[in-house]
Amino acid sequence: MTDLIDILFTTGLWSSALRIATPLIFATLGALLCERAGVLNLGIEGIMTFGAMIGWLAVFMGADLWTGVIVAALCGAAFGLLHSGLAVVLGLSQHVAGLGITLFASSLSYYIFRLAVPVQGTPPTVEPFQPWPVPFLSDLPLIGPTLFSQTPLTYLALVLALAMAYILNRTPIGLAIRITGENPHAAEAQGLNPIAIRIGAVVTGSALMAMGGAYLTLAAFNSFFPTMVQGRGWVCIALVVFAMWRPGRALLGAILFALFDAYQLRLQTNFGKAVPYQLFLMLPYVLSIVALVVMSRKAKVPRALMKPYRRGERG
Amino acid sequence: MRFERREHPVAAITIGAPVLAVTVSLLLAGGLIALAGAPVLAAYASIFTSAFGSKLALTETLTRAIPLMFTGLAAAVAFRAKVWNIGAEGQLYMGALAVAATGLWITAPPVVTIPVLIMVGALAGMVLLIIPVFMRVRFGVDEVVTTLLLNFIVLLFVSLAIEGFLRDPLAFGWPQSVPIPDEGRLPKLVDRSRLHLGLVIAVGFAVMVYLIQRFTVFGLQSRAAGESPTGAAFAGVPITRTLLGVACLSGGLAGVAGAVEAMGVKGFVSTDLSPGFGYSGIVVAMLANLNPIGVIFAALFVAAVFVGADGMSRSMEVPTFIADVTVSLALLTMLIALFFAAYRVRW
Repeated sequence: MTDLIDILFTTGLWSSALRIATPLIFATLGALLCERAGVLNLGIEGIMTFGAMIGWLAVFMGADLWTGVIVAALCGAAFGLLHSGLAVVLGLSQHVAGLGITLFASSLSYYIFRLAVPVQGTPPTVEPFQPWPVPFLSDLPLIGPTLFSQTPLTYLALVLALAMAYILNRTPIGLAIRITGENPHAAEAQGLNPIAIRIGAVVTGSALMAMGGAYLTLAAFNSFFPTMVQGRGWVCIALVVFAMWRPGRALLGAILFALFDAYQLRLQTNFGKAVPYQLFLMLPYVLSIVALVVMSRKAKVPRALMKPYRRGERG
Repeated sequence: MRFERREHPVAAITIGAPVLAVTVSLLLAGGLIALAGAPVLAAYASIFTSAFGSKLALTETLTRAIPLMFTGLAAAVAFRAKVWNIGAEGQLYMGALAVAATGLWITAPPVVTIPVLIMVGALAGMVLLIIPVFMRVRFGVDEVVTTLLLNFIVLLFVSLAIEGFLRDPLAFGWPQSVPIPDEGRLPKLVDRSRLHLGLVIAVGFAVMVYLIQRFTVFGLQSRAAGESPTGAAFAGVPITRTLLGVACLSGGLAGVAGAVEAMGVKGFVSTDLSPGFGYSGIVVAMLANLNPIGVIFAALFVAAVFVGADGMSRSMEVPTFIADVTVSLALLTMLIALFFAAYRVRW
């Protein structure tokens, strides 16, 4: 029993929790931004897969790591543009359009990957992001080796969460996004363009999702394989609800979730013989569902979420 | 530019939409085939002959269409009532697993065993969908995310079962379930092919769903609950009961998909029983414009693309994923076509 608690105090657990959390932070912030503007983006799973593939492929073809991340973000933005064309401009069902994007983006990534990299015994690898210890801070006890010895993408994710909280709550752009998500007719009456705001939010949010995917192949692992996203996108959609649509809580939620995931990975190595490993792997998904049930009672959903806005049509 | 809702959807576009979607998606897929450096027209021809060109090809396409008809129906009845069941994949596996487990202790002639096993499969799928739909009506939890997450949980549970309590000890350590007894195997429709009785059952279910939606109170109520929940509630439709009923029908259909696939094709359950039949079912339902009879034809199209692309990629250097890309493009095109059937553009 003391083993179970001892694990909690190892730096390994906390630093791997941050590693697991990073793609979730990117994608959860992306989904959150879309939803605050009133658009559910179920393309997330496919966009993450495409980001993971194209970012890796760019680096595999000789680009440097940051170019890979940027390529992934641009492709994510392109899929975001497609989703906003369907769900915002045409006002189609956000559920079906999003699922269509996921099916399209993930199958396209497998297709392009297979074209570029023919089947081999072991998948080819790239040289991934290395941890970059922050000078001085990384020497601090406990938080030094965990918080300040990560890859640059993790620092970027943390900064992004704070930036998004600031932008959404303290700037005119943030206010415009929030009004659009609550009541696009009111936004229009204020002289804002709800359609343009929604498109902007979905495009930016999708770029973030793709960056989360790119983290998987360029920092967490060093190769791409189909189905590697493993439902992380759907977990992020659940995390947005858990976070009650607030960036700060999204950051905490992602880290909490990742901590739990890292913990079960360690339990698996300690108790793997006695308990089937599948039960451990199920835990993150079960946890997401439980979080949804617990939080959805208190949740303050953006009121215009999933409601298409067409000019001149009554809401 | 703005969009204006038409008084009546244009029938020509609504009917033509699937044709348009199929054509456009095949054209776009042609671009991707060209990208792979293969001759496009020859590739099309190869897809066509691989799907329909011989007796074997045709029976393979029909065999592949069977689970797609069930999952397509599952999505169609759910979406009609705006119950977003994206969990057909999980319900399918639950159905198959329940069949394998029941097969362990059932000893009866096929006339009894086959219907019992199909019912068991349906029941398992139902239970799996009732949970998220109940959570939606009771706690307001969006069922899209919960059904999606349940897919992953179920697949892990299947893996656990076939490596544990349902493991086939005679499979040389290969993770697969105990075999389904011979009395529970579906008879073949065509000799020396994989085509089985499931095709007849699937078409029968499609007609049954059509009749339910068209002629029963439940059918009307489920459509009303989807189109306007508040209006329907005001008109006295019991929303909760209707949605749970839809969950039973939709989950049951997806469960039967797994039962029939296990009883007709494989004879056991493994984690590669379904290459995403649950997700492709969504495309089938949308291509059919949620019409149960249309599902039969949409399933045939999707099955033909998969079987055809498999054959084509064996002879040419084109990754077999071209099938998934084509099918998802058909879904997106269909959505756009249906929009322009209902709206006109005003400049």
